[in-house]
Amino acid sequence: MAEVVLRDVVKTYGALPVVHAINLDIAHGEFVVLVGPSGCGKSTTLRMIAGLEDISGGEVRIGDRMVNDLPPRDRNISMVFQNYALYPHMTVRENLGFSLHIAKRSKPEIAKAVAEAADILSLTPLLDRKPGQLSGGQRQRVAMGRAIVRHPDVFLFDEPLSNLDAKLRTQMRVEIKRLHQKVGTTIIYVTHDQVEAMTLADRIVIMRDGHIVQIGTPLEVFERPVNSFVATFIGSPPMNLMPATVTGGALRLADGTALPLPPGLSAHEGQAVQFGVRADNIMPEGHSLPPTAHMAHVDMPVTLTEPLGTETLLFGTLAGTEVQAKMLNPRPVRTGEVLRFGIALDKCHLFDAETGASLRV
Amino acid sequence: MDQGRTHRIRRRLLKGGHFLGLFLAMSIICLPGLWVVLNSFRPTVEIMAKPPVWIPTELNLDHYRAMFGGVGEGGVPVLTYFWNSMIISLTSTAIALLVGMAGGYAFARHRIPGKAAIFVGLMVTRAVPGVALSLPLFILFGRIGIIDTHFGMILVYVALNVPFTIWLIDGFFRQVPKELAEAAEIDGCTRWQAFWKVEFPVARAGIASAGIFAFLTSWNEYALASQLTRSLNSKTMPVGLMDFTSQFTLNWGGMCALAVLMIIPALVLTFLVQKHLIAGLTFGGVKG
Repeated sequence: MAEVVLRDVVKTYGALPVVHAINLDIAHGEFVVLVGPSGCGKSTTLRMIAGLEDISGGEVRIGDRMVNDLPPRDRNISMVFQNYALYPHMTVRENLGFSLHIAKRSKPEIAKAVAEAADILSLTPLLDRKPGQLSGGQRQRVAMGRAIVRHPDVFLFDEPLSNLDAKLRTQMRVEIKRLHQKVGTTIIYVTHDQVEAMTLADRIVIMRDGHIVQIGTPLEVFERPVNSFVATFIGSPPMNLMPATVTGGALRLADGTALPLPPGLSAHEGQAVQFGVRADNIMPEGHSLPPTAHMAHVDMPVTLTEPLGTETLLFGTLAGTEVQAKMLNPRPVRTGEVLRFGIALDKCHLFDAETGASLRV
Repeated sequence: MDQGRTHRIRRRLLKGGHFLGLFLAMSIICLPGLWVVLNSFRPTVEIMAKPPVWIPTELNLDHYRAMFGGVGEGGVPVLTYFWNSMIISLTSTAIALLVGMAGGYAFARHRIPGKAAIFVGLMVTRAVPGVALSLPLFILFGRIGIIDTHFGMILVYVALNVPFTIWLIDGFFRQVPKELAEAAEIDGCTRWQAFWKVEFPVARAGIASAGIFAFLTSWNEYALASQLTRSLNSKTMPVGLMDFTSQFTLNWGGMCALAVLMIIPALVLTFLVQKHLIAGLTFGGVKG
C-alpha cells in the first residue's frame, strides 16, 4: 500500500496541452475515481501514473518515491484495461501467474498466489481455459485476478466495466468494491460513468478539459457541486438548469415566474444566473417532499412520463426549459395534464450564468 | 410445407452446384501438378505418346534412379542443388522475417509520417519484373564478385522479400492490441520482454505465414537465379531443372522427377506451419 501524489502534473502532445498542472493527493487504501466526459484527460492521467505515458511536467510520487522516470515495471502497480488485455496465447493460470513468472518467483510460490487470487475471484474452475473461451465477465475477473496476484502498491482501473452489459456491470461493480474491502489496496479508477463513480469512490475527482474541477466525497460533489458542469454531470437524471435573473430579492425565471431566492446563496441584484434543481427536489403535490420552510410552488404541464416502478419521471416545460421531475408513489399521469409541483428551495442551486460557478456560500 | 420442400431442394441443388464448380476449378488448378507427379513415374515413351495416354500402364522409379545416377546416365547433382536451395531459401527467409518484424512492428506501433507513401514505395519495388532486374544485378554482382555465391543469392532474395514481409507483418501486429504490451510492461516486463513474451507469440501465426511466403518465393524463384548462378557453387533447384534440356531433346521425365523433389520440402513446410496458420488463435484476449 502506498499513497499517490500528483504535483502540477502536465501532459502535452507537441504543443497541445491535454492535462494542465493537476494536483491530487491520494491516501493509503483510498478508492479514488477520476470521472469526466471523454477527452477530459482522465485516462491520460492514469496512464501517467502507470508509466505508460511520459510526464511532460510536474511530479508523480507513489509511496515515498518519485516515479516520473521509472518504467512501469518498477512502479509496483497493476492495471486493469478497458479491453482487459489478457494474453490470448496463455491459459488463465498462466495469465494470472505471468507477473510472478517474470519476477522469477519459485513455481510453488506462483501456484500458491494464483490459487489464492483464483479463489478470491471464483476463477478456480476456469484456470486451464484460454481467454478466448471465457465470457466477458469472466475475462474481466481474470484481468482483476492478474492485478491482485502481485500485491501491488496501487491498482489502476481504466474504464474496466465499459465493455460489459448493464447487468454484468452492476455485478462487477459490487465485486470491485468487495475486492477493495478485502485487499485494502489504494485504487485509482477511471470512468466516464457517474453512477460508477458515485457508487465506488471514497473520493471523486471530476475532470474537464484537462483540469480538475472538483474533488470530494460522492455526497459532497452531489450536494455541493462547485459549478454547473459538476451539477449536471453528477446525478441521474441530470440537474435541471433554468436561466433566471435576481431582481428585487427574488428569482425571476425567463417567463417572468418569480420564486423566492433560495437560502444560503449569494447573488447580487440584477445578476444573470442559472437556477438549478434536481428532479428529486421538484415533485408534484401529494407525491411530494416532506414540507420544509422553503417551499415554492409552480404549475407545469406534463409532456412526457417515464414510469420506473417505484417512481415516475415527469418531463415538463418550465419557463421555456425542459424540466425533469420525480413522482414518488406514482399514479398514472396523462400527457398534457397540468400538475402543481413543489420545489424544495433549500436544496436548490444558483450558478453564475457566465462562469457557471456556484453561488452557494 | 410445400414451400419448405422447394426451399430444401433449391438449397441442395445450390450445394451440388457449388461442389461441381469447385471440383472443376480445382481440377484445372491441380491437374498440371498431378500430371508432373504422374509423369515422374512414367516411361518417357508414355509421356511423349500422341494421343496422350491418360491412364498409365506402367509406373516405375527409373527417372529418379537416373537422376541420382552418374553423370553419363542422365544424372544431375540433385543433392548439391537441394542443399544450395535450402541454404539460400532458409537464410534469406530468416533475414527477411527479422527485417520484416522490425519494420512491420515499427510501422504498426509508431506514427510514421508518410507511411502510406512508404508502403506504396515498397510495393512498387515488387512491380518490377525479376527479369528486368537480372541484367543490372548481373553487372553489379559481376563488378563486386558475388556472382555464383550463396551470399549474392541471399542478398537478392532478402531484397525481394522484405517489402512483402514488412507489409504483411505490419498488418498482423496492428491486430495485436497495444494494451497487451502495456499490460506486460506493468506485469514487470522490459519493452524487449513484452515483445518476445507477448506480442510475438500472439502475432506468431501471421509471422509464420509471412515466413512461408518468403520461403516459397526464394525456393521457386527462377528468373534471377538462372542469371546469377553459374555452377554447383550456388545453382538452385529451379535452375537445376534446366540440366534436363539439351540441344535437341528434353528429358521430361527427369525434369518432372526433380520438380517432385522440389515440391516435397515446400509441402512439408506448409503442413508443419499450417497449425500456426489456423486463425482464431490470436483473438479472444480482448473485449467480449
